[in-house]
Amino acid sequence: MNVKRLLQAAALCASLAPLAGAQAATPGAAAPAFDLPDRDAKTVSLASLRGHIVYVDFWASWCGPCRKSFPWMNAMQQKYGAQGFKVVAVNVDKRRADADRFLAQVPAHFTTVFDATGATPTAYDVKAMPSSVLVDDKGNVALVEEGFRDERRDALEARIRAMLPHP
Amino acid sequence: MRRIIVVVLAVAIAAATAGCATMSPPKPWEKGDLARAPMQFDSDRLDAKYTDHIYQSKEMASGGQGVGGGGCGCN
Repeated sequence: MNVKRLLQAAALCASLAPLAGAQAATPGAAAPAFDLPDRDAKTVSLASLRGHIVYVDFWASWCGPCRKSFPWMNAMQQKYGAQGFKVVAVNVDKRRADADRFLAQVPAHFTTVFDATGATPTAYDVKAMPSSVLVDDKGNVALVEEGFRDERRDALEARIRAMLPHP
Repeated sequence: MRRIIVVVLAVAIAAATAGCATMSPPKPWEKGDLARAPMQFDSDRLDAKYTDHIYQSKEMASGGQGVGGGGCGCN
């Protein structure tokens, strides 16, 4: 009977294991915090951007659609930056040199931070590359976008515009 | 004695199966090394596509590449 109890305990542990890291970006819930270095090694934290509409984008040098999303993010930053919109692109490359090579080819006129450890995409439970999370002025998740598709550009921009204080 | 064996066995099984938990597929943001050129099956994706197209048109009668014509080489 001891064995039975042991097996029961083991089964319980196994069934609970996937719940251990159950943190993710859920619309309506607070966006997971992060403190990451930018290109000048200055720390950027999500908390310090409270009051802004923040577009958190997870990208990597090896990701094709990410390359396409950069010109769009540049345009959004330029168009709505004055109204409190801020793009924060989180690079998830293991090697910083790969990210730097990408940035040399593709200009990024917005905040870019680096997380080689993967802690931030883990906290956001990123399901696809690229993935973006729109965070409102109170630090809550408004929208989770997986991938970057041409046909979603207008809908995303409309969503951003609707969230700005003076649309 | 038998009880000890059972407990040892149970612990061994638990330890062995827990090892499987670490064998998880790479997360979406961990695929940088898999995306590198030496990790690809084809050295040139465009060339592979053309080769596949010709193979498909020649061998369609025997099947294996989806739906197509009768193998006349004209599609």
